[in-house]
Amino acid sequence: MESVIKTAFPFIVYSVAILLAFQGVLMIVAYTVLGERKILGWIQGRIGPNRVGPWGVLQPFADLFKFILKEDIAPDKSTKVVFYMAPLVALTCALLPIVVYPFGPPIEDPIGWLVPYLPAIPFAGETNFVAWLAEQAKGMRLTIARLDVGVLYVLGITSVGVYGIALAGWSSNNKYSLMGGLRSSAQMISYELAMGASIIGVVMLAGSLDLHEIIWAQGHSTFKWYIVPQFVGFVVFLISAFAETNRVPFDLPEAETELVAGFHTEYSALKFALFFMAEYVNMFTVSVMVVTLFLGGWYIPGLTHIFEYGSIPYALVSHVGFLLKIFFFLFLYIWVRGTLPRFRFDQLMSFGWKFLLPVAIGNVIVTTIVVYFMNR
Amino acid sequence: MVTTVLFFLLAGLAISCAGLTVYYRNPLYSALSLIGVFISLSVLYLTLAAPFIAITQILVYAGAIMVLVIFVIMLLNLDEEKPLNRLRHLYAIGGGLGLAMLAQAFFIFYAVLKTPKHVVDTESNVGSTMSIGTHMYTEYLLPVEIVGVMLLMAIIGAVMLVRKDTNASIEAAAEKETND
Repeated sequence: MESVIKTAFPFIVYSVAILLAFQGVLMIVAYTVLGERKILGWIQGRIGPNRVGPWGVLQPFADLFKFILKEDIAPDKSTKVVFYMAPLVALTCALLPIVVYPFGPPIEDPIGWLVPYLPAIPFAGETNFVAWLAEQAKGMRLTIARLDVGVLYVLGITSVGVYGIALAGWSSNNKYSLMGGLRSSAQMISYELAMGASIIGVVMLAGSLDLHEIIWAQGHSTFKWYIVPQFVGFVVFLISAFAETNRVPFDLPEAETELVAGFHTEYSALKFALFFMAEYVNMFTVSVMVVTLFLGGWYIPGLTHIFEYGSIPYALVSHVGFLLKIFFFLFLYIWVRGTLPRFRFDQLMSFGWKFLLPVAIGNVIVTTIVVYFMNR
Repeated sequence: MVTTVLFFLLAGLAISCAGLTVYYRNPLYSALSLIGVFISLSVLYLTLAAPFIAITQILVYAGAIMVLVIFVIMLLNLDEEKPLNRLRHLYAIGGGLGLAMLAQAFFIFYAVLKTPKHVVDTESNVGSTMSIGTHMYTEYLLPVEIVGVMLLMAIIGAVMLVRKDTNASIEAAAEKETND
């Protein structure tokens, strides 16, 4: 029994961590939707949703119940298996990157301070279970999995996410959906290149593909945040991020004046809600990537003068800083949506291939030369 | 124990997806099954402590090449039911190739059984990004460069094929170049 509990302990911890992280991200995403409707309302001189709960704070839940309770329609001539699979693929690929998010710095002794205040609970063969827990929790990392190839992992999973949209467009058996799906695959393939190329500069400066190593390297570099030496990369990444998430001004796949609603024209009820959630989780993921790669992630310059590195307040303040940076980029998404018109499709393609990609490659070459002479 | 179970699970998934790739008449289903093969292979690489190769598998094959394949299938809008009577002789070629593959697989099994077992060094960083990069750009630099040039040739070939220029204008451009 004792050994069973101790063997199962890591699995329990990881399950709780995964639950917390996914729940937290999904709650933030739900309120991003509300925030978007509010901010868009202000930009357009409206009030926005304010009926459900005070100031409309319960609106996301009302929306969710509406999505669940609506009729679930599948077109008669659609390819049913693929039609039902597409939203699942989209949401799964959107949620998987949460695993590598660097939520904060490691905490050296997260629950050690609790031990003297609690009575010794004998459990699982330990005379004091809390003390054992505190021992286990030492050096806790505020991330679920630390991958050697974190950056590539996020890029890879998001590139698989194209299937959700492409298959949705194909299986709906609707010309507008098909056009939306085709546009989105073309757009995402094109902008993925510029996105990957813009990251290479950061990876070369940090010398690692691990998200934590990149944050760590930013703290040790002279500029603190890579947005300074990699400003070109930052701009290219941000623009391609807008295109990757199919947001205004690159929301060609669902351009309503041309394509009704694009790839999700035939989707209703919960299946549509899954696409909707996937889009917003993707926005969150991209914001996390921008913040981690170019704005130091959870790292706030000068915070070590106030709190000791590895202490609980340091981790908390860093985590809040991390979230605030992400919220800024989520706000930027909404702000841009409220102010910019949509690109035309040929403009989008030539902008991606003839401007963004050469700029990103030029950035790579310049960074290579600079890094070479710096390391000599 | 866990890795053994995972191996048989993933290997089974990979083999069944590969079978389905051949089995389906609808090219889109075949393509989807092929993506299944790539994903299960990638997780297999992860269990073998090679995260870089695993992610590259997803990024390159599942994320880029198969997207293009599906893109083309969607554009072509193929008819679902086509008579399969034509090109009977291809069955013979396919069967022969299949037998050759099977023989190869059995040869690999035989070779693996013959080799003496040695303990895997779990502390080594063989599969890590750093070691792969270091080896690629020092020890195997020439093969990497050759592959790079070959890929560039393929790209240039594709660009040349889709050029809308007439023969006359290409000749004029070549003439101008030789004159310069």
